[in-house]
Amino acid sequence: MASPTPTPAPRALPKAAFFSFASCEGCQLQVLSIEDQFLTLLGAIEIVNFREAIDDRRDDYDIAFIEGSLVRPEDIEEIQQIRKRARILIAIGACACLGGVNAIRNKRSPAGLAREVYEGRQDGVFKTLSEASPVRSVVQVDYEIRGCPIDRDELLESLRSLLAGTVPYVPPYAVCVQCTMRGTPCMLERGLPCVGSVARAGCEAICPAFGAPCEACRGIHDSPNFEALGEAFFRHGLPRYVAAEKLQLFNNYRELREPWEKALPSPSIT
Amino acid sequence: MGKSTSISVHHVTRVEGHGNIVVDLKDGTLTRCELQIVESPRFFEALLKDRPHDEAPRITCRICGICSVGHATAAIHAVEAALGIAPGPKTRALRRLNMCGEWLQSHVLHAYFLVAPDLFHAPSVIPLATTHPEIVRRALRLKGLANEICYAISGRHVMPISYLPGGMGHWPSAAALEVLHARLVAARADVEATVELFAPIEWPDFSQEIEALAALEEDGAYPMMGGPIHSSRGKVFAPGAYREASAEHIVDHSAAKHTRGADGPVRVGALARFQLAHERLGPAARQAAAALNLSPATRNPFHYTPAQVVESVQAFEEAITLTELLLGDPSPEERAPVTRPRGGVGVGLAEVPRGTLIHDYEIGSDGRIVRANCVIPTAQNLAAIEADMRAFVPALVARPKDEITRAMEMLVRAYDPCISCAVHLLDVSFVGQGHDGGAAGPESPTAGGRG
Repeated sequence: MASPTPTPAPRALPKAAFFSFASCEGCQLQVLSIEDQFLTLLGAIEIVNFREAIDDRRDDYDIAFIEGSLVRPEDIEEIQQIRKRARILIAIGACACLGGVNAIRNKRSPAGLAREVYEGRQDGVFKTLSEASPVRSVVQVDYEIRGCPIDRDELLESLRSLLAGTVPYVPPYAVCVQCTMRGTPCMLERGLPCVGSVARAGCEAICPAFGAPCEACRGIHDSPNFEALGEAFFRHGLPRYVAAEKLQLFNNYRELREPWEKALPSPSIT
Repeated sequence: MGKSTSISVHHVTRVEGHGNIVVDLKDGTLTRCELQIVESPRFFEALLKDRPHDEAPRITCRICGICSVGHATAAIHAVEAALGIAPGPKTRALRRLNMCGEWLQSHVLHAYFLVAPDLFHAPSVIPLATTHPEIVRRALRLKGLANEICYAISGRHVMPISYLPGGMGHWPSAAALEVLHARLVAARADVEATVELFAPIEWPDFSQEIEALAALEEDGAYPMMGGPIHSSRGKVFAPGAYREASAEHIVDHSAAKHTRGADGPVRVGALARFQLAHERLGPAARQAAAALNLSPATRNPFHYTPAQVVESVQAFEEAITLTELLLGDPSPEERAPVTRPRGGVGVGLAEVPRGTLIHDYEIGSDGRIVRANCVIPTAQNLAAIEADMRAFVPALVARPKDEITRAMEMLVRAYDPCISCAVHLLDVSFVGQGHDGGAAGPESPTAGGRG
């Protein structure tokens, strides 16, 4: 009777908790969006903390799912507490895995940002760290489910493999591979600033298929060549610095930025 | 002797984002009543600065996962206004169909997942899966259907992809539209059952007159895709004059800006739209309003939920009509040209599930964004939520603290606040002197929890 079923299982289910830091909560919404599989999921894990959907708030969880980037001093303490309690910690989405769009601001001063958006207020409510940071910059992360947003099928697949005791598969190759397999005409050849050649796959290259260039929301793959990316931009009539500007969108956290910053001219945007 | 109570709900559950409710009663007098918005600031307006204009819908949809189609819509409207682009009728129809998907998705999520547990005295939708499985399955089917609409048009609901200035980067095939049409038609029974589920509900009896705002389309359609802002006080504001209708200001206890109308708080969203535009509803939605006993004269914020059910019917019926319209000529529409290449200021509006969303950009001659401002529906509603809390608490003073807490949470939840959006932020906190003589300070996070 080891296989999970929608009926109460004879053994205790693994307890899962969802936590949200600076984010749009879209990844949690993707969890609610697994619709037909949601009830099955409830048969396989017990959700003990999920503020967006339930009132209960318990701290006796085995698996912690973390959405969002760390942006406030108190976030650091909270993630460390979660790490202590959780047996497995899983970062979900670009904000938690990479810093994501929150990190676009990382080279600007928090005081300047507060001036622009909140008329200079920087008190308790608005206090921010100098850099929006991914979860693994502060605590050990056991698994990452990439994407902005996460893909619901991939989430289910990852849960299945975790419950089976195996490591979820993360493709090591470029979005270009999946784009070619899908038969989508090359975005760069159409003059559009696409960074698919350095971006990690796993998304089925959905953005080019729906008319937008890849912006590397799953991070950089295992063997990127940023110089070649700049060359490809130049060959297709796009300035090399535009490639850097595109990489700012999701991969602007310090450690992620350093490799492309060395290889490409500085972006015109700070 | 009047009663002294202090209620503090830290991180209100079943709302989108992080907020606290703080209520302080001293000797029967309300001394503090706040909805504190404690979501992390994310500085989206600053993030847009200097970015190429075509990125605006893809960056701003990341403000909020629930309203991401709405943000993409307002963003593309602002870009098109700034650059003098007039998209064709089929593009407008396709974008409206996608918004129907988001309305249905968001309203179903709120009514079934976030409000229904209160009605069935359950702490969440999860126990309902065991006690009322048919209801939960229906909610999941409807949410799934809403998602299907967005998958076909923009690749996904959370972070829609295909919004390009002047057109759409992807056009659904006739076959995809046919599948969608068949699924929509087959779901009518679920939509009717939703009306039946919420029709017998007795909503808390409370009423307060507050100015209602909605952006009404000039072609007479039910408000969804933006237009001049109409006020229940009889005034009409051009999109560019949005600051006169709803002026932003900063308050101490909130990372979300508040806004105020000409004479104080304003309400936006399903209830305000129903009040101002009920005559624009189609026959099925009108019947639903009658079945739900929802009158345009209502000023009860708890009626946001039945108004959302009415709008779900409207969005569903429109989705069928729009799919048929697009099937009539399924060939992709060319993108409309830029007529003002040197750029300028553009204000883009959309009626998103929670109300009037305003994006205001200035685009330079290099095509980059010089300045951006986003006015969010929840930010516009925050002052009204607090005004309603202040008006509602005195009626509850004699009740036990648990009941007051629960009523405050239900009131806040009725507005369906979207806090990620508002900060581009919910928790409930009764602080100060407890009636049990407790010390000042927020109570344990479970103070507001039910069940």
